[in-house]
Amino acid sequence: MDYMNKRKKAVLSFVALLIALFHLIPFYILLTTSLKERGDFSSKWTFPTEIAFGNFKEAWESANLGGAFFNTSIITFISAVLLIFVGSLAAYPLARRQTKVNKFIFMLFISIMVIPPLTALVPLYQLVVDIGMMNTRQIAIFNNVAAYLPLTIFLYVGFIRSTIPLELEEAARLDGASTMGIFFKIVFPLLKPVTSSILIISCVYIWNDYQFAIFFLQAEEVKTIPVVLSSFFGENANRMNLVAAAAIMAVLPMVILFLILQKHFVKGLSSGAMKG
Amino acid sequence: MIELDKTRNIQMITSKKPKKQRTSSLWWMYLPALLAVTFFILYPFFNGLKISFTNWNGFSQSYGFVGFKQYSRMFSDSNTWLVVKNTLLYGLGSTLFQNIIGLAYALLLNQSIKVRSLTRTIIYLPVIISPLIMGYIWYFFFAYQGGALNDILVFLGLEKINALGDPTLNVWLIVFVNTFQFVGIAMIIYLAGLQSISKDYYEAAEIDGATGFQKFIKITFPLLMPSITINMVINIIGGLKLFDVIIALTGGGPGYASQSMSTFMYDLYFNRQDAGYAATQGILMAAIILIISLSALIYFKRKEVEA
Repeated sequence: MDYMNKRKKAVLSFVALLIALFHLIPFYILLTTSLKERGDFSSKWTFPTEIAFGNFKEAWESANLGGAFFNTSIITFISAVLLIFVGSLAAYPLARRQTKVNKFIFMLFISIMVIPPLTALVPLYQLVVDIGMMNTRQIAIFNNVAAYLPLTIFLYVGFIRSTIPLELEEAARLDGASTMGIFFKIVFPLLKPVTSSILIISCVYIWNDYQFAIFFLQAEEVKTIPVVLSSFFGENANRMNLVAAAAIMAVLPMVILFLILQKHFVKGLSSGAMKG
Repeated sequence: MIELDKTRNIQMITSKKPKKQRTSSLWWMYLPALLAVTFFILYPFFNGLKISFTNWNGFSQSYGFVGFKQYSRMFSDSNTWLVVKNTLLYGLGSTLFQNIIGLAYALLLNQSIKVRSLTRTIIYLPVIISPLIMGYIWYFFFAYQGGALNDILVFLGLEKINALGDPTLNVWLIVFVNTFQFVGIAMIIYLAGLQSISKDYYEAAEIDGATGFQKFIKITFPLLMPSITINMVINIIGGLKLFDVIIALTGGGPGYASQSMSTFMYDLYFNRQDAGYAATQGILMAAIILIISLSALIYFKRKEVEA
């Protein structure tokens, strides 16, 4: 019996290993592609004999990845801060004061969550042109904040209702604290677990956002990483080695962050997924 | 548990608070959020309804109202149905594969075997990568010129294939890449579901002499229903919105062969200056996503109750 079990486990471990290797294939191909010289037409499955690290330098400079990292970081950071501030502020009365109006507003946020914002691409584009915000980082921030606010509010409301004890707030109120005081001094610090989930969800989504960015950030100086990658891909169709090098550099910061904070990422992204 | 019940009781009591407290809705706290959503989502959405009744070209100041003309055009446009078909394939196909494979991975990686956490990490990793870049990464694999797939075929002495240029094959490759990228989410949700099932059930079933397969059908599967619901709904919504991967792999081509509703709308608006029609397609897309995801939600919620 024990022997059978051991054998079964060995087989299952082997299967798991094969699956892991399969999932690594595209990244392996990406690596070998990025390390080969322009004229090297050898199979993508083999490592180059002479490693062309120059691809990385050339890709970094000609794709202007530095500028793209800057834009993406700024947009992601400010959007995330705004989402947490505006979202938690909105969630508090919606969780605690269940008036008819508040119930309606909460339902409104929930129903917006189902509609992908880009189904309204045409009028949104027109709106952005009309208010003169094409090719500004601000518009990327506003669009992302608006798009992820309903989810943020939904997560905060659920968390406040299920885990924050009402006694604390009542006690503070009896002591004469104002609503704002109660919110910032007592409630907000207790929201830390859900805040960190929201931070991770919004950072991953907004960092990787292409759908908004491709429409509203077309000028060179405001382009984000995915937009830069797509134009770089278009311009270098016959120089895949450069595009591969750019792709590696583009995904590396998020990958490293993920490997360090893996548990938080998985927990945060699942809680975002559970919104249904 | 006791703690939880206590707060619930308190909430029940406090909901019968004096009227004065309850009517103060603190509306100014959600005003910023409401304004942002109204201005950037609701207003464009309703404006889109208006534009869908016009022949606007996307840039000129003047346009005419044409009634339901764009709608009748949409329903008689063969491209609409091709694109809807693709969108459903991306939405439902990815959902099916992500759930079957995700569940299989979860069952395997729930065992105490070696390389378990490493394998989980590797499977999950693509979730955090930009779908556009994930698309490019697979492009290097499938590309006709110098792609890794053709390197194998050439090595084996076979003909090279233009996988991404083949209109019947490339839609499935898009489903494949989307599944590859997001199967980790399904896997994690199923793992969480599996770990919440009490061992007692299995022990009781073993005493009754149940086989592994019977245990799966009678215990695991019904108790996983909540996880199945979540996975189905999020994967359907994600798949129906597919955009980035298509742009990266095929650009929607050849012709319209692999376009989804999102890429079709983009093409109509930016490449064909057909804004009125693009807005109409947007309305159709919103309607389809709403109907499918809501019916999926209701259907699986009902199953959950039965199970």
